[in-house]
Amino acid sequence: MTDGDFVEPDRFIELDGVEKVFDVRRKTGFLRRERRQVRAVDSISFTVARGEMVGYIGPNGAGKSTTIKMLTGILTPSGGRLRVAGIDPSRERRRLAQRIGVVFGQRTTLWWDLPLIDSYRLVHRMYRVPDRRYRENLDRCVELLELADLLDVPVRQLSLGQRMRGDIAAALLHDPEVLYLDEPTIGLDVVSKAKVREFLRSLNADRGTTVLLTTHDLQDIEQLCSRVMVIDHGRLVYDGALAGLHEAGEGERTLVVDLEREVPPIEVPGARVTKVEGPRQWLAFPASASAAPLVARIAASYPLADLAVREPDIEAVIARMYAGEAEGAVS
Amino acid sequence: MGAGRLYAAVAAGGFRRYATYRVATAAGVFTNTVFGLILVYTYLALWEERPHLGGYDQAQAVTYVWLGQALLSTLAIGGGGVEDELMERIRTGDIAIDLYRPSDLQLWWLSADLGRALFQLLGRGMVPFGFGALFFPVALPADVITWAAFLGAVLLAMLVGFGIRFLVALSAFWLLDGTGVSQMAWLAGFFCSGMLLPLNVFPGTLGEVVRALPWSSLLQAPADVLLGQADPLGTYAFQGAWALALLAAGRLVQSAAARRVVVQGG
Repeated sequence: MTDGDFVEPDRFIELDGVEKVFDVRRKTGFLRRERRQVRAVDSISFTVARGEMVGYIGPNGAGKSTTIKMLTGILTPSGGRLRVAGIDPSRERRRLAQRIGVVFGQRTTLWWDLPLIDSYRLVHRMYRVPDRRYRENLDRCVELLELADLLDVPVRQLSLGQRMRGDIAAALLHDPEVLYLDEPTIGLDVVSKAKVREFLRSLNADRGTTVLLTTHDLQDIEQLCSRVMVIDHGRLVYDGALAGLHEAGEGERTLVVDLEREVPPIEVPGARVTKVEGPRQWLAFPASASAAPLVARIAASYPLADLAVREPDIEAVIARMYAGEAEGAVS
Repeated sequence: MGAGRLYAAVAAGGFRRYATYRVATAAGVFTNTVFGLILVYTYLALWEERPHLGGYDQAQAVTYVWLGQALLSTLAIGGGGVEDELMERIRTGDIAIDLYRPSDLQLWWLSADLGRALFQLLGRGMVPFGFGALFFPVALPADVITWAAFLGAVLLAMLVGFGIRFLVALSAFWLLDGTGVSQMAWLAGFFCSGMLLPLNVFPGTLGEVVRALPWSSLLQAPADVLLGQADPLGTYAFQGAWALALLAAGRLVQSAAARRVVVQGG
């Protein structure tokens, strides 16, 4: 360990104005080529504290995987400063590799033709894990991820869910301080998803492993992460608590009003009717506003029978956020 | 020492992966034997017309054929080494996984290929060779030293063979689809290694050139050591020089590839 390795615990992962620009050559005619620069990641800054569990979400092509690849050191940033555990990933990829674990949901680190246990033995040698720790970690993963019956099965015969659990174990045998998960629940059924989430939760709670999770499944985020970062068009458009996303995405809550009889659409300041179905009407109002005055006003002028408030659907909020970003990019 | 154990484990894995596919191995053994039979009768007819062609007598020519069949899959002269998988990993972007590991890409794949080669030699090469030695007049050395020298030349041939194929595979970083390059390498390898005809047979400049190319390290060099036609040390020097040059070139290309790498896929 050198002095340069000292890391403040709240800046365990640190990105400062990180950019990644790809040169894309496109054929525009016979022998004519156009060079174009694509900013996959456009000046992103954030820090992740040791032991945090952060969701990193965004639409396809937003720059999530590019960020992860820079964090592992297999891509070099075009600009900005990036440190993981005090290490510059692309300069000291091998040294960093000892301290990070990576799981790509759509790829496998396991040896396809050989029994699962062979891949683990290889990891043991690759990361030079001391024998005792290797055995402890393996036992723990085998128990929590229910791998006991799978160890002697060739990887190619495993189901997707089994393989995913196998991959997660492989990424953890060397006690990484950080775990990057790139869509770990993609394609899994409900039971397998639940197992993976439960395992990640206990990993984070018991071992304090820092987890950075990209996903398209917002339930992953809702169940695991207290903090979420949203990236779109290479830029960070939101960084904060999951609950705050509603306001940032200009989310709306819905007031469902049951009236005693059919009336024309309710007219009330601060809300608008989105749907009418007989005596039932749906009103949208800003998520940040309180429902109480609205209810009072409606009750004063309309024959109110019953009502309910619906929280905004997080998926809808994010979809709106992406759409807004896209419009912004065009204009 | 720790690194040695890793690469030993990778080599062992390479061996066992190929050992998994027993039916494929049996089919390969059969193919090599049939192919050997065709070549052996062709050679016999040729040597009948031109005795001592290329400095070989008939028994030596027959031995050469069966040795070629033993080394064909071992040295992946007709393809089928780890380069196919490596190329596929580059194409699909799975190479990302290999790159973030705390291990060396070239050493990793070299180890895997050596494990594969060893299995192919034992599992696939010995049977056609034994078959040939049983049913045809062959010229095999009686002393252990020549056999040991021969095995040394085979080991160096494995390094040279991998050196060539690793470079071929890395071309996929730039071309994405390396099929064209690998087919050219496959054709060149088939001809220039002496798999069709011993390189000694080729006259004049053509002979000089093919004997100086790296592919002659693959089959011609070990064969001449086994048949007592070449000095082992001189052969080792030739093979060793090519192995070093090719592996060094592979290392250069690898670091260039890693620098400009665009890992495919999300």
